[in-house]
Parts: sequence; structure tokens; C-alpha cells
Amino acid sequence: MSARRLAEIQPDNFSPNRETTAFAKASVKKYPEGKQASAVIPLLWRVQEQNAGWVSEPAIRWTAEFLDMPYIRVYEIATFYTMFNLQPVGKFHVQLCGTTPCMLRGSEELKTVCRKVIGNQMDVTSDGKLSWIEVECLGACVNAPMVQINKDYYEDLTPEILEQILADLRSGKEVKPGPQNSRHRSEPLGGALTLLSDTSSSRAKAKPQAKAKAPAKAKPVAKAKPATKAKAPAAATKPAKAKAPAATAATAAKTKKPRGVKAPKVPDDLKMISGVGPKLEGTLNGLGIYKFAQVAKWTKAEIDWVDDYLSFKGRIERDDWIKQAGALAKGGVDEYVRVFGKKPR
Amino acid sequence: MLQDKDRIFTNLYGFKSPGLRGAKMRGAWDGTKQMLELGRDGIIDQVKASGLRGRGGAGFPTGLKWSFMPKVSDGRPHYLIVNADESEPGTCKDREIMRHDPHLLVEGCLIAGFAMGANAGYIYIRGEFIREREALQAAVDEAYDAKLIGKNNKNGWDFDLYVHHGAGAYICGEETALLESLEGKKGQPRLKPPFPANVGLYGAPSTVNNVESIAVVPTILRRGADWFAGLGRPNNVGTKLFCISGHVETPCNVEEEMGITFRELIEKHAGGVRGGWDNLKAVIPGGSSVPCLPATTCKDMHMDFDTLRDLKSGLGTAAVIVMDQSTDMIRAIARLAYFYKHESCGQCTPCREGTGWMWRVLERMAIGQAEKREIDMLLDVSHQIEGHTICALGDAAAWPVQGLIRHFRHEIEERIDQYSANPNPDGAVSLQAAE
Amino acid sequence: MSDMRTVKIDGEEIEVPAHYTILQACEEAGAEVPRFCYHERLSIAGNCRMCLVEVKGGPPKPQASCALGVGDLRPGPEGQPPEIFTKTPMVKKAREGVMEFLLINHPLDCPICDQGGECDLQDQAVAYGIDKNRFAENKRAVEDKYIGPLVKTIMTRCIHCTRCVRFSTEVGGVEDLGLAGRGEDAEITTYLENAMTSELQGNVIDLCPVGALTSRPYAFQARPWELRKTESIDVMDALGSAIRVDARDREVMRIMPRLNEEVNEEWISDKTRFIWDGLRTQRLDQPYVRRNGKLEAASWDEAFAAIAAKIKATTPDRIGAIAGDLCAAEELYALKDLMTALGVKNVDCRQDGTPFGEKGNRAGYLFNPGIAGINDADAILIVGSNPRLEAPVLNARIRQHWRNNGIPIAVIGDQADLTYQYDHLGAGPETLADLAAGKSKFHAVLKSAERPLTLVGQGAVARSDGLSVLGNAAMLAEQVGATGSEEWNGFAVLHTAAARVAGLDLCVLPGADGGFDTRKMLSAAGKGELDVVYLLGADELRMKALGEAFVIYQGSHGDAGAHRADVILPGAAYTEKSGTYVNTEGRTQMTTRAVFPPGDAREDWTILRALSDALGHTLDYNSADQLRAKIYEAAPQLAAIDQREVASTEDLGELVKEAGRMNSSAFTSVVKDFYLTNPIARASAVMAECSALRRGRKLDAAE
Repeated sequence: MSARRLAEIQPDNFSPNRETTAFAKASVKKYPEGKQASAVIPLLWRVQEQNAGWVSEPAIRWTAEFLDMPYIRVYEIATFYTMFNLQPVGKFHVQLCGTTPCMLRGSEELKTVCRKVIGNQMDVTSDGKLSWIEVECLGACVNAPMVQINKDYYEDLTPEILEQILADLRSGKEVKPGPQNSRHRSEPLGGALTLLSDTSSSRAKAKPQAKAKAPAKAKPVAKAKPATKAKAPAAATKPAKAKAPAATAATAAKTKKPRGVKAPKVPDDLKMISGVGPKLEGTLNGLGIYKFAQVAKWTKAEIDWVDDYLSFKGRIERDDWIKQAGALAKGGVDEYVRVFGKKPR
Repeated sequence: MLQDKDRIFTNLYGFKSPGLRGAKMRGAWDGTKQMLELGRDGIIDQVKASGLRGRGGAGFPTGLKWSFMPKVSDGRPHYLIVNADESEPGTCKDREIMRHDPHLLVEGCLIAGFAMGANAGYIYIRGEFIREREALQAAVDEAYDAKLIGKNNKNGWDFDLYVHHGAGAYICGEETALLESLEGKKGQPRLKPPFPANVGLYGAPSTVNNVESIAVVPTILRRGADWFAGLGRPNNVGTKLFCISGHVETPCNVEEEMGITFRELIEKHAGGVRGGWDNLKAVIPGGSSVPCLPATTCKDMHMDFDTLRDLKSGLGTAAVIVMDQSTDMIRAIARLAYFYKHESCGQCTPCREGTGWMWRVLERMAIGQAEKREIDMLLDVSHQIEGHTICALGDAAAWPVQGLIRHFRHEIEERIDQYSANPNPDGAVSLQAAE
Repeated sequence: MSDMRTVKIDGEEIEVPAHYTILQACEEAGAEVPRFCYHERLSIAGNCRMCLVEVKGGPPKPQASCALGVGDLRPGPEGQPPEIFTKTPMVKKAREGVMEFLLINHPLDCPICDQGGECDLQDQAVAYGIDKNRFAENKRAVEDKYIGPLVKTIMTRCIHCTRCVRFSTEVGGVEDLGLAGRGEDAEITTYLENAMTSELQGNVIDLCPVGALTSRPYAFQARPWELRKTESIDVMDALGSAIRVDARDREVMRIMPRLNEEVNEEWISDKTRFIWDGLRTQRLDQPYVRRNGKLEAASWDEAFAAIAAKIKATTPDRIGAIAGDLCAAEELYALKDLMTALGVKNVDCRQDGTPFGEKGNRAGYLFNPGIAGINDADAILIVGSNPRLEAPVLNARIRQHWRNNGIPIAVIGDQADLTYQYDHLGAGPETLADLAAGKSKFHAVLKSAERPLTLVGQGAVARSDGLSVLGNAAMLAEQVGATGSEEWNGFAVLHTAAARVAGLDLCVLPGADGGFDTRKMLSAAGKGELDVVYLLGADELRMKALGEAFVIYQGSHGDAGAHRADVILPGAAYTEKSGTYVNTEGRTQMTTRAVFPPGDAREDWTILRALSDALGHTLDYNSADQLRAKIYEAAPQLAAIDQREVASTEDLGELVKEAGRMNSSAFTSVVKDFYLTNPIARASAVMAECSALRRGRKLDAAE
């Protein structure tokens, strides 16, 4: 790292959009009166978001004026905190963690990928899509090696996966954030070894009794013990080593893992479903989902399960995979065009 | 091995909903009002009795820290500050709490705020944790909506909780640098005394606690101090989130009993050392700031504050970085030296100048391009930094280097010998740029 | 006293106040503690780590003595005083270590560094460093920054002590400088390398313990050991800041501040510091006489003859004399003496047309609370003044007091950036009248204050209704109890001219029976009613108003007066004579000659003495001592050098009676361009550059 300076070419001005103004006004309210300078980091952050990922000189002045701070104080902040990009970055800005825990698990190879695909640090690719920088520990060490791209972490990477992610982002495809192997979050690969008992549902049931028994005395008593394994649904007791996706452990009665099948000789091209990319297709195949018909028949519980498994926050329903898959299963592309008025991709 | 029933963070892996409903099903926000009825002193006594030591690295008794806050306000407000600037290399535990079990933290904030007479709290989360910040903010909003916190809430203690964030500066994990940053300044640590409990945020009494320290409090109060104090080893009690990274079969986060042996921790949870125990070379047991330990001393050590201190290392944040025989120790530590150079705030002379010096020497040593007397010089330089700075970053930068020289001096010497025997194996002139 | 603590320093017990830092206690005990970032007048940064000492019973690591209070130390188990060591091996090792770190990235360019010879780093490296270098890496290089025409930067030398940042933020009050970036890449800069805007920025040169910030005009001019150092007094404003004039041969090479707690602490304004190039240019170094409309060089005798001819040809009532802003008491007295001898009553030392000295007495024209008294005030009202431009160092004191104690401040007049917050009550006399009538909220503030201070600037009184304004201000001060007690007189006149108070003390004023003041002289001259006008260093006049009068200009610089003059008598500048000055608070001080005047120029009083001879009215003193004896007779307070003679509060009563109708025009500061307020400043290229820079900035702001 050398001295951080403002970019040489700067826009003439910065005018906050409505969102930024609202954000700024709301931010200042978090702090006591007269302490509005506290909001300088959140404001610069918001300004960077509005300004295509970097903080311009006029934006620094705007921030200073908004917070009634001398320019030099905001300039100090902008140069001190390394997340403020002082020069333009790509649409997808890759922050690659290179600190020892990631280094031990191969971040050096990831750097090679970035250099190959993007170029030098802080270079922006000619299509304006990508840029990268090596940063210090991003705090996802048990999922090393990893990168942060814009707001999301992409973990448990290999050079090949990173290259694929970069390619997908470039071509506008959706990429699922989080671990890129079968892990859900920070549990061991292959499935969680602890927290296997379904504590949530059993506790929910046990709670009223426990509460009724607990006298309202000074020292709160221990809660009822979680249910024993025997009570938990069979699926949840499956040893994690059986390579079942870890999520099974957590699935309560509300959601249900869809039934998978063995890989057929001619699997459907699930990518035709809008919202499914090659990566997702692989994941779905991993769950034993190969056919449109399978997807089309998902129940609500199954949709919820998959949604949760992919941390999709309702995207399956938003994109209406079921209807899409139904059409594709029924009559292929023609039927799809008939139903949706456009070709599947 | 700790049983699931004794685990505090039951949604550590995020298989369940982090939302208020889910959290309540897991026991959060149960009897919070009754806990506050214990009174300020009652809560502090309970926390003291539980033996909880700060989970941010230094291991200072949490209850004692709270008791430093003035009992009666002199007109200035009191502040609770939660240090969620988790940046210590190897550490990724608070992240899991904030995205998967945020309500334990929010509830803990209310209790801790009450215990120190604070009606406002700020959670300072590192800038990179954007999704975690969103999750945490969602939990705070939920708690507000459910009238669990805020003015005139159900629990009877007015408490406003704000999520604030940084923008990429490890030093902001130092409590006074965090306060500076929160006030809208550069994160440069303050001189102590005065301590934050007297003059903290905006000049008002403040206490800065780690996320984990705060988030375990509700459960401790619910299940009783005895329960917590009954786990672990004397003076090192309770459960602890361990982050196991590096060369193990299955790196992971796990909540375990304090004082678990290293072997059990790695065997049970991380699938063992990559390539077997004989392949173990070294361990950094508590985040990058603590000195590494060689395989010979570490296999059966207890993972707690006191044992590791006696081994001239530390439990730190319980971020266990495992290194197998394939590891180039010099390069691994040189990379940490670069980290500290990168993260030095630039305030004090020894740290500003010394961290860069150590890194540059280590980079040369990593290829062997050094002289053996420079090893002692490097050690001396590290001692010249340690203890000579305002904050502990100077110490943190010095210790890994000292650990390297203490246990792997032979490796450096061999490298130097190798290089001097054949400095340019390719026959090409190697121009190693200084930067 | 109860808040005293006993500490043991290097084995010796000493008692110091509890609020002392260990560093101060060590100094008190005579133990030397090296330091870079610590400065008495700035906040404590504790970042250089040079002042480490060993504290017994404390943690097993050295402690920064600048940051640790004596009150924070714990006594020993049996109540023994805490022990501090400054000479133990631990301390020695710590200092050597810090020094090594400071030097590894510091360039070895001492031979070409302007700080050489007066460099803290150099000195302390010799005293506390080690004599070898273990640093085998490349040294850091830092790009130099432009931070203005006054301060030159060589940033590679910077040791990041942040004194300059703290000064500009805390004392200067203009947040220009900052430490950008972090870690080893941290660097001092202004925003986008804009020039600094403080009038006190030159002080960062003195504060910088290394050669990172040096004087740009002085760059590569001299070495400190070549310079002859003369202690003197500044005349750029009416504060009389203590300065040291460094000269080589016949030239002033630079001006530095001296310590004077009562006046300037250790700061000086940029005009004071960087004026010196003006002492070399535009100098009047021989007499001139206007012949056929052109000024021609002449001998002293020719010049005197030309004057004698004119004076003899007219009558005393058709002669006038006006003294300027930089005159010392000596020439002021001699001028008045000569004019009295000639029978001339038209004499005035107030070229700006203020009414001082006419009614009331000394308290009516002094900064009565004293400059240091600002620190005692608990409310301040500023009337018709912009102290930031009129007396930057005094303004810094107001700011410091405001910053430390949050006193209420209000302003009637220009709404300028004074570097502190104030209530702007209004622009002119109406507001003053309302305030005096108790119609403003601030009246209550002043009234409830124990020691209110009313600062009256020249802008409020240099106008036709000046006496009435002065009277109203005095009345207000009286009303709110600013002048009630013996201990506190809060009526404070801020002068802008160094010469003024001595002139008033010596009554260099129009004769009582119909003598003309400046305004009347100008008007009379314009109407042809004055034949001869004697300008003693008076340049701030509308020269056109002098009409056809024969003008004699005596002074040091070829400025407005000299251009209008018919005869020029070359005088000495303030660095070239030993002159008595009385500052705005009534403190008598004396300049010392640092160099000789150029060419034929002479000390001013000797010119007047010689002229008196030529006019046949020889003044009866032949030496400065004889002259001064006369002066001390006329105004005894001028004999007490470096003392401040306080005026009686009763004297204000007369003035209050003058409170009457005022016209409605707004008060506005008399200083329009800080950098060009006098003939020397107008001769300075450095001041011209600063002025142009500021004008440019104003234009930018107006756009």
C-alpha cells in the first residue's frame, strides 16, 4: 500500500440523490445533537454507493458541508479508512482477502486468477465490469479462501470457481453468495457436527411448561432441556457424515426437502428456467433435481426448503420457477413462449 | 465435548431463522424483564459470579468492567458500545452471532445497558460486514417494533440501540480508536488514562464490550451464573466460540467448552489436522496477534486464557490458525507483519516505523536474503515496539515475530544458508523490489 | 495546598501541583526529558514516544511522561511518594529505540536542511540516539506538499508529531492542516494542497521539530549560527509582540517570536514574521526634493533649506503635522516639540481620524483589562472590530479562551469568520444603542457576567460620530458593570497602530485652542488654507486631499506619502532604531536596533533635531538619553519599560457623557487587507503574494 490519494480525474460536482439525502438526514439523527460528525463514515459510505463505488472529491466536499466539518477532516477520514475507494472501480469490485488464514488455504492462487482475468490491482477492465484489490482479513477465516464482491462474501473458493464467478458476473448471470462448496455457512464441510438436535421446535413446545414452572424469582432458571434426539424428525438425526446437505439438520416440519432422483441419461436444461444459472443448475443436480417436471411438482414446503437452502429469500416464488418449469415440462420452448410471451433464455 | 443443550448460540450455523420469532423459539427474550428486576448491582454480581471474561481478546472480567461505570450519573449520559469490528485475522465468530443470532446480542445490549445505567448503545460493526449489518439492523428494528427496546419498552428500561459501522480499519477494534471512529474521526487510539468508563464516547462514561461477551449474558442470566461457571476450568469458565481455520480437514466455527484441549477441538470438530497429527507444524491459538506455538507444545494444551498465557501465547479471540508441515512459516508470519504494517494507524513512532521495518526484513528472510545477525536485530526491533506505543497494536505486531523467532529460528537460518549458497538458482539477477 | 503531590524523581522528592504531567514534574525537578510532539500550548498527543520514563510500581513498560498526570500515579504500599526515573537503563534503551525509529526513514539531508543547527531531531539524536544504523531497507520518500507561499514543505523529513495540525486546529482556529492516510504512509497536507488561510500559519515553522516545515521566503538564505540575534518589539499591529530580529551584515534575514506570556505567548502573526523582505525594498535611502515637478536626490542640507524656505514663508496656523502608525515615541515627541517651538497647533497622531484622547483620559483609549486579561473575561462584546485581522495573536487568545471555557461572545459590526462562534447582534450603532438600552438578550449576558469585556475597534470610532460611539460603548460597559470595580475594567480599545498609544500618552494632538485634527487639516489643505504639511510616516491618508500644500514626508518607505511629497527625509524602520512603543494595553516596550538604516537614512528623532536646527528652533537634546528624560517627564509611564501602567477607571466617566446621537452607517473593520496595512508591508513581495492569494480566494467564494 502506498499513500492513498484522490483520483486525478474528478467529476465536476456531486449531487446527492433522494436516497442519499434521506439516508444522510436519518443517519445524523442516530447521534446526539451537535455530534453529527459521527455520521461521516456512514455518509461517505452511502456517497460511495451512489457514485459507482468510489468517493470523488466533490463528494467529500458535499459530505463535509452536510456535516459542517472542515474539508480536511473528511479528507483525513476518506484516506484513513481503506474501504473508501478513491478512484473508480469496476461494476464488480473484488476485495480479495490475502491475510495469513486465507493465504494458508490458497489465496495466492486466487490472486493469480484476478491478475489473469482483471489485471493489476485497482485496474478496471475495459468493459468497466471488474476490478480487484488485495485486502486484509475480511473475517471469514473458517471459510477461507474468500473474496468480497461488492456487498457479498464468496467463500470456500478455488481458482476455478473464482474464475467462473468472475465470468458469470461479467456476463450478467446471478451468482450465489456464500460458500461455493456444499457448506451452508461456517459449519464443517460435510455437515454440522453440533447443534443437530432440533432445538427450535421442541423448545417452542416445551416453553410454556417451563415457564409455568419457573417461579418469578430473582434468578431465572434454566430452560427446559432441548428435546432428545429420539423426538426429532428422523431426517435430522442422520449423521452429518452421510454427506446429506447440512440444511437437513435444520429443516423442521414446516419445510421439506424435495425428493431427488438419480441422474437421468438426458437431464433437462434447468438453465432455461429464468433465474437458474450454470452454478445453480449444478447445485440443483446435487440435490437430485434434473427434470423440469420435478421442479414443477414442488410443494410449498419443498419450495421453502430449497429457498432456505439457497438463501434465496423468496426468489423461487418471485421468479415463479414452478410455472416456468411446468410450461417447459409440458411443451418445451413453444409452451414457454405461449405462456410467458417470450423465449426462455 | 460440550453438549448441545449447553450451547448458547443455537443458531450458529444459520440453519434456522435469525428473526425474532425464531430467536424467541430458541429462548431469546425470555424473562428479560425479570432479569432487569435483579437491579444493576444484581446483574453485575451475576456476571461477576459467572466468571465471564471478555471475549474480545484480552480476557478482562466482564462484570468487573461494568462495575467501573459511575453508579450515579453526574449529568452526562452513559453509553454502551459493542465492539463488532471483528478484524483479527483468524477470527470470524461475531459475524455468526450478528447474522444468525442477532437477538441474543440485542437482548444482551439491553441488559448490559441497564447494568451500566446507559440508555443508549452503539454497535460498531466493521464496514465489510454489510450483510451482517443488515441482519443486525433487521433484528434491532424487530426488537423496536416488538417494544423490546426503545422508549417505554416492555422490559422497563429505556434503551436506544444504534448500529454504526466502520470502513476498513483493524485499529478500530481497539476500544478508544473505536470511540474516536464513532465520533467521526480517524481511528487513532486515545491516551489512557482517562479510561472510557470515565471519559468515553462524546466525553461521557462508556464501556466497550465484545459482541460475544454481550451476547452470552442473557443466557448466563437465564440459566444461572453457576451453570456458566460450572463449565470449563477454574478462572477460565464457560463456553467459547472457537474459529478453526488453516490446515485442518474441515475448518469451522464451533462453540465449545473453555479449556477443551487442542487435540479434542481439532479432532472432534475440524476433522483433524490435514495429513494427520504428525503433519502439524505450528498453531496460532488466538488470532494473529498471539505468538505461534510449535507442534510439540501445542497438541494437548488446554485452550484457555491462563494455559496459553503460560505458554507465552494467548487465547486472544480463540481463533485457532493451524499450520501443517507444508507451511512456509516465515512467509506466513511475514504476511501477518504486512497486515500490521497495513493497519498501523500511524500515530506512534515505534509502530508506524517499526511495523514496516519488520515486514521488510521478514520479506527478505522469506527468500533467505538476509544475514543471520539480522534475526537478533529483528527480535530487538520487535522489543523496541512492544510496550512502547499508546495502544496494543504495537504489541500485537511484535508478538507474532517474536513467536516465529522463538520457535522457528532454525528455519530462518536454513533459508539464509540456502540463499547464500545459491542466491540465484535460475542464474537470473533477482531484483526484489522493496515494495 | 491540598492539590499538591509529592513525587520522587530520580531519587529526589519534589512537590508539584496534581494537574502537572510527569514531564512537567521532571522539568520542575531539573530532569531533562526529550520530546517532539509535546508542546505546552497544544493538546497532548503522546505520539512521538520520545518522552518515555520509568514509573516504579506501574506496568513493566516505560510510560509517556507527557500524557500521564502526576495525579494519576499511585503511591507506594506504605504511602511512599510515587517514583519516577529518567536515567535508568530501561529509559535509555527506550529513548534509543524511539530515536532509531524516528531516524530510519528520516533523510540524511541535514547539510541542505534549513532546520540544520536548530533542529530538535538533530540535537536529540546526538543526545539520546545511538551512533550506528541497522536499517538496511530503502528509506521512505514522501511527496512535498504545497501549503501556501509562506511555509515550505519537505515532507520526507516529517516525523508525524502533528504539532502543526494541532496548532492550526486549536490555536489558529482554521482547520487547514491534517494528517491524511495512515500507518507509515500518513502524511501532513492541506485539503487538495490549498494554501493555508490562517494569519498565524507561520508559527508552524517554529513548532515543527524537524525541517519538514520551514520558512519559504527564508529558504537557503542563511544558517542560524551566522545570524546576529536582536531582541525587539513588533510594530505591525498594536500588540507589540515580542520578536527576535535575526540579521546578517546589514540585512534582516528573518523575524522570530520571543516568549511574552502577557502579550503574544509565543506566537506572532504572519505579517510580523514575513515582513522582512519589505525592509529591503522601496527604501528611502537619501533625501529628495521636488524640483520642476520631479523628485530629485538631494543632500540633507538642500532638503532642510527647501523646508526652511517654505516654513519661513508662512505662518504657524497654516502649517500642519500628522504622524503615522509606526512612529516611536521618540520621534512623536520630537515632532510635537518642534511644532510647539514653531507655534504650530495643527498636530495629530491619529491619521485614521479617531477621537481618542479628546475626552476622558487614558482609560478611554486603552485595552484596559490587558491582553492577558482576556483569559479572565466571562463574556465578550466586540464592537466594530475584526480582531482576526487587526490583531491575530490577540484573536487567538480570545479563541483559546472560548475553546477552553466556552464564554459567550457577541459582535456588532462585520460578520466575519473570527475562528470562534459568536452572536452577531447587528451591524451598526442602532444595535449598540439597543444593547445599551437593554433591548438585546446579550445585555443580560453581559450584566450577569462578573468580568464582561467590551472590545471597541477602530472601525467603530474612526468616523465622524466616533466620539459619540465611544461614549455609548463606555456607557454600556459602565452599565453592565464592566468598569465598576478596581480589579476589573472591561472597557477595551483595540488599536491597530503601534504608534498610537504613545502618541496619545504624549498628547500629540491638536492644540486645545483651535488646533486642527487630521480631518480638519485635510479639509483645510484642500481648500488652500494650509501651506505646509509635515507627514511623519503618515501614509494612510487620501493624499489628493492635501491639495496644493507643500508636503514634507519623513519615513522609511517610498509609499503614498513619499509619492506626494515635495521633500523626502529618509528615516529608519523599526528594526533600525531603538524606539519606545506603548501597546494597546498601555505596556511600554522598546525596540532595539538590529541593523543600520540604509544609505543616508537616519533615526527619525535625529532628523527632527537636525531640522529644528535648520529652522532656527533648536530642540534642547543632543542624545537619545536626553530626549527620553524629556519624554519621561511628559509621560512618566513611558519610563517603565516592559511594564503596563493601568489607567484609573474613573477616567471613563468623562467619556460616558459624550454618548449621544450616532449616525446609522454600519461599523466596519479598518483593516481591509491584513497583508497590506502599512508602508513596509506594501513594500514586501511576500505580503503582496499573500494578499493576492486571499483576494483570489475571496473572488472564488463570491462566484
